[in-house]
Amino acid sequence: MSKEPVAVVGIGQTKHVAARRDVSIAGLVREAARRALDDAELSWADIDAVVIGKAPDFFEGVMMPELYLADALGAVGKPMLRVHTAGSVGGSTALVAANLVAGRVHGTVLTLAYEKQSESNAMWGLSLPIPFQQPLLAGAGGFFAPHVRAYMRRSGAPDGVGSLVAYKDRRNALKNPYAHLHEHDITLEKVQASPMLWDPIRYSETCPSSDGACAMVLTDRAGAARSPRPAAWMHGGAMRSEPTLFAGKDFVSPQAGKDCAADVYRQAGVADPRRDIDAVEMYVPFSWYEPMWLENLGFAAEGEGWKLTESGVTELDGDLPVNMSGGVLSTNPIGASGMIRFAEAALQVRGQAGEHQVDGARRVLGHAYGGGSQFFSMWLVGAEPPAS
Amino acid sequence: MPAPRPLRDIAVVAFAQTDHRRTSDELSEVEMLMPVLHEVLAQTGLKTGEVGFTCSGSTDYLAGRAFSFTMALDGVGAWPPISESHVEMDGAWALYEAWTKLLTGDADTALVYAYGKSSPGSVRDVLTRQLDPYYLAPLWPDSVALAALQAQALIDAGHTDEPALAAVASRSRASAAGNPHAQLRGPVPRGGYAVRPLRTGDCPPVGDGAAAVILAAGERARELCERPAWIRGIDHRIEAHGLGVRDLTDSPSTRLAAERAGVFERPVDTAELHAPFSSQEVVLRKALRLDDGVTVNPSGGALAANPVMAAGLVRIGEAADRIRRGESDRALAHATSGPCLQQNLVAVLEGDPR
Repeated sequence: MSKEPVAVVGIGQTKHVAARRDVSIAGLVREAARRALDDAELSWADIDAVVIGKAPDFFEGVMMPELYLADALGAVGKPMLRVHTAGSVGGSTALVAANLVAGRVHGTVLTLAYEKQSESNAMWGLSLPIPFQQPLLAGAGGFFAPHVRAYMRRSGAPDGVGSLVAYKDRRNALKNPYAHLHEHDITLEKVQASPMLWDPIRYSETCPSSDGACAMVLTDRAGAARSPRPAAWMHGGAMRSEPTLFAGKDFVSPQAGKDCAADVYRQAGVADPRRDIDAVEMYVPFSWYEPMWLENLGFAAEGEGWKLTESGVTELDGDLPVNMSGGVLSTNPIGASGMIRFAEAALQVRGQAGEHQVDGARRVLGHAYGGGSQFFSMWLVGAEPPAS
Repeated sequence: MPAPRPLRDIAVVAFAQTDHRRTSDELSEVEMLMPVLHEVLAQTGLKTGEVGFTCSGSTDYLAGRAFSFTMALDGVGAWPPISESHVEMDGAWALYEAWTKLLTGDADTALVYAYGKSSPGSVRDVLTRQLDPYYLAPLWPDSVALAALQAQALIDAGHTDEPALAAVASRSRASAAGNPHAQLRGPVPRGGYAVRPLRTGDCPPVGDGAAAVILAAGERARELCERPAWIRGIDHRIEAHGLGVRDLTDSPSTRLAAERAGVFERPVDTAELHAPFSSQEVVLRKALRLDDGVTVNPSGGALAANPVMAAGLVRIGEAADRIRRGESDRALAHATSGPCLQQNLVAVLEGDPR
């Protein structure tokens, strides 16, 4: 039995901002969905099913919002699934939608992820006191900072690498009209001079809180043949999870991330990711996660990731561009952030990434992670249909 | 138009559930779930690391905290790392995601679980947070009041009356007498009006519970189970959110899902319906064209135990168990989500011919 090939033929996202006070949650998601349909030159009637994802319901205060959003997404009379896998959810949502096509359950599926963080208070949503459980009380940065410090000690990376990543991603964002942060006066010195929040993570090395949505139209071989614009083809996709906290966990380079990447590379026939993959959109909410994930994903040997970053390899015009869109550091509607990575990877191989297009990008990896580095989802998309 | 027959034969090969109870104060969600996970794995002899895919259903709003499912995952024992996903929906939809995963051929077995503890809060109030956040949720119309609107619409349309609803409730709890996991069993008083025309007897008990299922594809299913419950079709559909634009006496989404799942191709002998209110059974029976020859809710259904987020998965498990025990050859299982049956899933399960 062989799987149906899966093609991305429509991509839409909103202009991400701190607060979209001009639209409801329904208005926000519909805007992204409409743009994805327009890109694919399809109508609501062409969609067989809708798969929606977002991070915790407490972020907007709406329980199981797919019920309320069914009308806005043209899902009435159709199947609608709601995925929630913490920060990796945007990627997982796309993979669940892809499985509907790959398993030949549906021909054309709309998948969408969003977060409208201005509707509520994300910090509050993450900080509800639970009896008999140790509260974190540190925010996400407080959780991840010690792991960054561990990476620095382990690899011997110099202090300035994180700032280089932030400076690069914020400059890349200037070329992406949908990115949230457009810091036209950004300089490396400004990043380095920004306040220290959770040592070694500085203010300018953290992600913003955004309102935004991202949508994709996924379809089968027949659907791709009808597409007016080039399709991005899925060559591999996988999810992996491991426990949050246990003595054997490597927070610097979690096994689940390595296994997930290995599964994707096996499906896609990637023997050497550094050679076979042209660019990467990876989930980097704090700047130091670029070198850390470069190692976890097999682009660099252990302890060597920071050298790729420092030598400019991951710049937009480098040998292995990373986060051409500006990344999570420039745009972070949490539930959508993973799908934006997947969608930006697809935009690149379709040659539709505009000013932040990488010339000749044929195979691009989209990566997402969530929780305490325990949920991973990734896909590799290519400009050509998969061989088998 | 029925959907084409699935590419692979996939079956329910094991099912386990908790005893559903009014409260489980002494247990965390993980502690409530663990025995169920152990039991369902023991039925097949599989270990966590041998399962190809894992998927769960639950909601943060019952747990009262964000990312609540991450703790349950720790209970599964995800080490070495596993291929795993989660839907913020009833576990029946987690089963649907697992079914699609097996269809792709990426896995041959799947563990599906779901859990919910309604006891720590007021589930009637909690469920109001499902409603349109700008126009409806601020008014706090609760789940019983909305179901009462639906019941009154059915009575006004001449589809049922209060004695008939009482008979549904009475029959369900009488059936539940044979179900050791049920929360309400045997004669239960009709009670006073909860919200007119629904009496307390027409409403589900509020309780805590968990359930788990193992799916397997093809020959693997036969290796793991003497009489697998083959999923011949499964489909789900959603309707508009606003109650004002829906005919509450009908369930077109259930009918469409049933058509796509192939329910109407041949008669079923058993139906496990997720109808938390007696009046909703009336709607579902009509949409699914169930006549008196069909055994409806032999487990007692959601009127006997309604662990929110697991109750739909329990329906699939109960239907599958009937087949595995040889008490059914072709069964229908149904799950619902949202106010007044907004979203519905229908599965057809069959045993091998005897």
